[in-house]
Amino acid sequence: MAKSIDVSDLNIYYGDFLAVEGVTLTIPAKSVTALIGPSGCGKSTFLRSLNRMHEVIPGARVEGKVVIDGQDIYGSDIDPVQVRRQIGMVFQRPNPFPTMSIYDNVIAGQRLNAKKMKKSDADDVVERSLRSANLWEEVKQRLNRPGASLSGGQQQRLCIARAIAVEPQVLLMDEPASALDPISTSAIEDLIHELKADYTIVIVTHNMQQAARVSEDTGFFNLAGAGLPGRLVEFNSTKKIFSTPDEPSTEAYISGRFG
Amino acid sequence: MSATATARRPKQRKGDLIFSGTTRLAAILILVALAGVAIFLTVEGIPALDAPPNKLGGAESLAGFVWPLLFGTLLAAVIALVIATPFSLGVALMISHYAPRRLAQPVGYLIDLLAAVPSVVYGLWGIAFLGPELVPVYRWLEQNLGFIPFFAGPASGTGRTILTAGVVLAIMALPIITAITREIFTQTPKLQEEAALALGATRWEMVKMAVLPYARSGIVSAVMLGLGRALGETMAVAMVLSATSGVTTFNLISQLNPSTIAANIANGFPEATGLGVNALIASGLVLFVITFAVNFAARAIVARSERRLQG
Repeated sequence: MAKSIDVSDLNIYYGDFLAVEGVTLTIPAKSVTALIGPSGCGKSTFLRSLNRMHEVIPGARVEGKVVIDGQDIYGSDIDPVQVRRQIGMVFQRPNPFPTMSIYDNVIAGQRLNAKKMKKSDADDVVERSLRSANLWEEVKQRLNRPGASLSGGQQQRLCIARAIAVEPQVLLMDEPASALDPISTSAIEDLIHELKADYTIVIVTHNMQQAARVSEDTGFFNLAGAGLPGRLVEFNSTKKIFSTPDEPSTEAYISGRFG
Repeated sequence: MSATATARRPKQRKGDLIFSGTTRLAAILILVALAGVAIFLTVEGIPALDAPPNKLGGAESLAGFVWPLLFGTLLAAVIALVIATPFSLGVALMISHYAPRRLAQPVGYLIDLLAAVPSVVYGLWGIAFLGPELVPVYRWLEQNLGFIPFFAGPASGTGRTILTAGVVLAIMALPIITAITREIFTQTPKLQEEAALALGATRWEMVKMAVLPYARSGIVSAVMLGLGRALGETMAVAMVLSATSGVTTFNLISQLNPSTIAANIANGFPEATGLGVNALIASGLVLFVITFAVNFAARAIVARSERRLQG
């Protein structure tokens, strides 16, 4: 189920503006890869290019290759809708569908894939996903309540349950804990630890302690200069990045001297 | 308000006083005007209860006089909404979520322009163009779908039927419904849309999952505003519809059509005398009340669905 991601020479554009330039890296399967860097350096843009959510914005496009499981997701015969069905995404702010119940939120992706589903199968998927997201015990009595009735941290775990209900190959997280309090953040981090047994996880974070806590590998993004595109400065094991990084600018960033 | 409270209140600036006074005056004036209309309609309408049949277009009682008109009003408005609602939602969605911006904006302006066309122009268009064009359609409906009571026929030779009036009303309600729903569709939170897209929703599935649920209460109020327009429209209906007094029928394509309250007043008022005038005013009161009821119902529906959203 979990797959590695090979990115080579990826350039990402908004119209004529080159936002991210020349990214080449390999994201290993069944592990957590963190992307760090100052605001506006293109790490979220890069993350969104991994499931083709980037091109939802008019004029946005990429050059280069993103290969998952031997297949270039930007190949001419690839439907972006199919790509997104296999790569889950969790956003910065929790975004459950407000009019749907908790149950319907979790099953929403399944309903898109296969229109007809037996009630018992659906029940199983909902329970399994909510259990994986560590939310089952809190909501099992009120699955028919609206998703918006939960707290922020619960909503974010509901969104994770929704993303993993379709058993994606990869799970992308765009600052999943930045809008949450410390307790919910810790719950999400524990969850990430558990999920990496089954999923390839890529997480963008502004919180360097968080990157150090949850990830195996870390990529540091930075702008090449004011008005220049963002690029991947260094990609290494998290241990190395946070102790003896190869690049001086990485060291400057993680030690808080800039950014 | 007690004396101490007044004393403690900070001194109001002159500009604030003038402004709040003007807005209050404006609000009160509206209420006074509304109450004045209601009182006038009631006072002038009551004498019609004793009107003889020759003043009520042949009807035995006031109720017998107003009911066919009310029936025609509602029927024409319902036809208009049945046609206008899907069209409006489609156009609004096209503008907000499908068309490239270069195309969406001019189309939006054109739709807004439809609202600026005077209703007498719609009436002329209905009589001179749409009616005759629809005659063959009505013939076809009569021959092929005549078993449905709506299309029982015999088809009108002029095309000036309640269905034609409904189509004209639909075109007049379309810009209102489109403008409001378009505005709401574009306000759908990006986050909701991206949630759907990231799950692998196609454009239409995204609209179903994120846009329509978000816009539901707005759609209801937009449709109700369109209904208000269709209920009260006078000139276009008076011109297009060839009505026979006292008729109530669901046959939409024949020569025998119920009139609407507003159109009947416009057509009948110049020749009405004595209690006949009171009868027309009484029918106006009914329209007034119905329009109010529709607006209240719309508000109730919107409020309920918003409560449910907050859960």
